[in-house]
Amino acid sequence: MPMGISCCAIEMMATASPRFDISRFGSEVMRFTPRQCDVMIVAGTVNYKMAKVVRKIYDQMPEPKWVISMGACASTGGMFRSYAVVQGIDQFMPVDVYVAGCPPRPENLLCALLELQKKISNESVIGGGQSEPIPPKRPTAEPTGQPA
Amino acid sequence: MTNAEIVDRIKAQLPESILGSEEFRNDLTILVRKDDIVRVAEFVKSDPDLLFDLVIDVCGVDLYQPEQRFEVVYNLYSLNMKRYLRLKVRVGEDNPVVPTVTSVWPGANWHERETWDMFGIKFAGHPDLRRIYMPEEFEHFPLRKDFPLMGIPDSLSLPRR
Repeated sequence: MPMGISCCAIEMMATASPRFDISRFGSEVMRFTPRQCDVMIVAGTVNYKMAKVVRKIYDQMPEPKWVISMGACASTGGMFRSYAVVQGIDQFMPVDVYVAGCPPRPENLLCALLELQKKISNESVIGGGQSEPIPPKRPTAEPTGQPA
Repeated sequence: MTNAEIVDRIKAQLPESILGSEEFRNDLTILVRKDDIVRVAEFVKSDPDLLFDLVIDVCGVDLYQPEQRFEVVYNLYSLNMKRYLRLKVRVGEDNPVVPTVTSVWPGANWHERETWDMFGIKFAGHPDLRRIYMPEEFEHFPLRKDFPLMGIPDSLSLPRR
């Protein structure tokens, strides 16, 4: 579910483009209905009014489902220290991978996707998809520093 | 038509309504008595020499002073003269009600809703005075000077985790 809310969405689109090619990692199928999604990438600033919408779309996704919080705004509120902006989407929905950056480079989002795949491969089927969290080697995706 | 001529023109028609005017770098600002704003608005819109037919913006200012705390600013444009005009109205804190100008410029509808949402200034006679940015159940006015930047805890609801 590409939940593109602001400028991070541009980088998310770039990730899907041939230059970075998200399909190299088996995740190229961006679906624009929550019914066909298993990962939601929240890419952008979430304000209090939008939070209800994001949560509703998340609730409409079938289990099992995961969430990538892309960029500083979605993860912490970013530069918007303001009454209107939720200071981190983990206040109202579970998040599996946080991506640092403002906005993160496409490589960074791809890294987050691989981290999520690593995490999923360690989850048990019986536990309803919510196994105990493994201590991640890298809690958030690091910027690569190298342009493609 | 110069700025002085515009002021004279309005003053000749509505001498009681104009409280003052000032000019800054050729921008004309006219302070209007609160109850007469609709009459002034109708005049500057319909007068064939002025024709301020476009409302660029209506916004509020919190001066944060004991008397006449709020100011409503009407930024107008005349497509005919290719000139801007700014009207200002002062209103106190205890009864912040200003007559609406939506009857003159329908485009002021959402601007007045924004001013209500951010400053809590009511517009008497407005056809649809609801909040425009903040949720309906929100009880505060964020652009007032006494509103903390990070908001008031628990004033905005989030979905349950």
